[in-house]
Amino acid sequence: MDFKPCVTIRKEWDIVGARQLGRKHAKELGFGTVDQARIATAISELARNIYLYARTGTICFEVIDELDKKGLKIVAKDNGPGIRDISQVMQDGYSTSGGLGAGLPGVKRLMDFFEIRSDSEKGTEIEAIKWLR
Amino acid sequence: MRIPILKLHNYLLISIQIDLDDQSAIQFQEDLLNEIHKSGATGVVIDLTSVDIIDSFIAKVLGDVVTMSGLMGARVVLTGIQPAVAMTLIELGIHMHDVPTALDLEQGLIKLRQELEG
Ligand SMILES: Nc1ncnc2c1ncn2[C@@H]1O[C@H](COP(=O)(O)OP(=O)(O)OP(=O)(O)O)[C@@H](O)[C@H]1O
Ligand SMILES: [Mg+2]
Repeated sequence: MDFKPCVTIRKEWDIVGARQLGRKHAKELGFGTVDQARIATAISELARNIYLYARTGTICFEVIDELDKKGLKIVAKDNGPGIRDISQVMQDGYSTSGGLGAGLPGVKRLMDFFEIRSDSEKGTEIEAIKWLR
Repeated sequence: MRIPILKLHNYLLISIQIDLDDQSAIQFQEDLLNEIHKSGATGVVIDLTSVDIIDSFIAKVLGDVVTMSGLMGARVVLTGIQPAVAMTLIELGIHMHDVPTALDLEQGLIKLRQELEG
């Protein structure tokens, strides 16, 4: 199985490229249609946030294959301005760009594991995992 | 990429067949409003049968299209939303309460006819 681990987000169309690649990985791993849609949607949200708020960054994929569980990990990374108040951006409806503010809280609900690390010097790194059931 | 808009009597029919990037979504919004203005259409069906992802941005554009068309006097019905898409939308927290929907294109047209011709 050829596995392309990372996509660079630089232009708007890369958002589509990232979610299509993520869906392909999810499908190959054996995720069902609904989980494929959840994963593709989560990637779309994370990639758009990179494009909008940090200009450039990467979305990387990792297959987790442990004895008792298997899953797909998504890591969204940028060197942008960072997120000062993480609890604030995790509230439904909070947006600094006139969006719905559904992105980050939505990704958390779509995925099984979700973690943000961010500071104003290094930028933002978001890790999300979906487990295969 | 431009999304074709078909005219049928007083209705406009659109079937979205591509993976919508942000630019195409915005372009579609603009094209549809212009077409409503030009044709005087009173009803619009946007069929989403082939769409396998709607994220928060596309959902916002679609919701806005419905509101904007309404302001211009045209009623929009969204049809054919896939089960997986409906589930992810709700998990994203997007409920689209005010957006008229129908199972498929045919039901969408019936709904419009009932509402517009009473
Ligand atoms: N990678 C990032 N770097 C810096 N700030 C970010 C980043 N991602 C999100 N944010 C901040 O968090 C806020 C909330 O993000 P979220 O994705 O939930 O909503 P949104 O992007 O504003 O709207 P939506 O995603 O619904 O279109 C953003 O408005 C932005 O201020
Ligand atoms: Mg967002």
